[in-house]
Amino acid sequence: MIVAVWIPLLLPLLAVPAARRLSGWLPPRAAAWTLAATGVLLAAAAGASLGLLAAAGLLRLPPVAALGHLSLPWLERISPAAGYVAVPAAAALAAGAARLLHAAARHRRDLRAARTAALAAAGAGDGLAVLPEERADAYALPGRPGRVVVTAGMLRALGADERAALLAHERAHLAARHHLFLAAAEYAAAVHPALRLLREPLAYHLERWADEAAAACVGSRALTARAVGRAALAAAAPARTGGPRRPGLAPAAHAGPVPRRVAALLSPGPQPAPARRRTAAALLLAACLCTAAGTVLEATHDLQETVETAQAVPAPATAPR
Amino acid sequence: MSELPAPRRPHGELEAEVLAALWAAGRPLTPQDVQQALGGGLARTTVATILGRLHEKGTLLRTRAGRAYAYVPAVQDTAGLAARRMRSELDREPDRSTVLARFVSDLSADDERLLRELLGDSPEGGLPEGGSAGTGGTPAREEPA
Repeated sequence: MIVAVWIPLLLPLLAVPAARRLSGWLPPRAAAWTLAATGVLLAAAAGASLGLLAAAGLLRLPPVAALGHLSLPWLERISPAAGYVAVPAAAALAAGAARLLHAAARHRRDLRAARTAALAAAGAGDGLAVLPEERADAYALPGRPGRVVVTAGMLRALGADERAALLAHERAHLAARHHLFLAAAEYAAAVHPALRLLREPLAYHLERWADEAAAACVGSRALTARAVGRAALAAAAPARTGGPRRPGLAPAAHAGPVPRRVAALLSPGPQPAPARRRTAAALLLAACLCTAAGTVLEATHDLQETVETAQAVPAPATAPR
Repeated sequence: MSELPAPRRPHGELEAEVLAALWAAGRPLTPQDVQQALGGGLARTTVATILGRLHEKGTLLRTRAGRAYAYVPAVQDTAGLAARRMRSELDREPDRSTVLARFVSDLSADDERLLRELLGDSPEGGLPEGGSAGTGGTPAREEPA
């Protein structure tokens, strides 16, 4: 098998840092699309190349070769290692599929539990479900129709205009179907471990996207910043006094997502991006994605040619035509 | 989403804001109270209409308070239980579920300090007004230090 088939498996090591850098210089919506598309494309390419490696090995199994009228000695001669490589490739493919199924099952289960709770709280089909809980929490629950779910504790922690900002933020998540972005990143991470690094920046940019939409809706970025900040402090308060629920984090080297969101909302507008470096990162990422797609196509073509040639090679004396 | 400031908002959004105000108040509110709680952005008749509709749906309960009605959210018996069940379900695995886009994520101690600084510096003044709504939380947060 040719070298091309390995490239999609290594590309995430280059493309993921490039996508992360680039997303930091883009407006939230463009950043989220970039990260999600990068994840999906690279995961598809990695899955395809594992599949091709496994398939190339599969051809070496005598029953498969006999079924396809392939010349085993010829296959053995042109790529002697294919059989050995296929085993770990098939194992990696199976592990990826298992992680994918596990993630999907978990999504379904979590969504069902959240829907049950929201339905019990809302009774009638309102756009807002209030959970009668003291803890401060709020989230967008996707579905038809989507719902905003808030705890009573969160509503009490905010003023009227801040509540409006919170509702607008969650509605923006639902309207732009942000759960699909999150699911795409989650499934991509199941296929290739290096793609896990896309999840955290994607989640951040989706929040920023909804923050800016909320700010446009309530007409004030400062108000939205205050709503986010106050909500986070309210949500943190019981956890702090409640003991060791929070895992023992090392002192953060850099600020977490919430202070960054608040700072971004309080800053007058988008930071001026370093144009040259942004272009460089964009070109690098585009090159990686094109290479991933191109190498998969080439490896597919190569496998197809191998099969055709192996069929054309005159079989040895054991099976004369 | 909505880039333009929409003067007329869908009824669902107004209903949500009215319902949120009633939950936040924690006591029965008349249409006039609700109107004030919302900052006076809506006409009283609009508020009364929304309250009436939510009552018809069974989302609100109402009692006579003088000449007007006073409304409270109807808490379903099963809601608290279902919420607790959901939480235990979501916390079953070590890393948080990513299906639900949460409004705010956890804060580290550094984050919390940074956040307070940012809100204190905010031009519209975050904390002075925050004192009224946040009085319950502030002393509790200072305790563990």
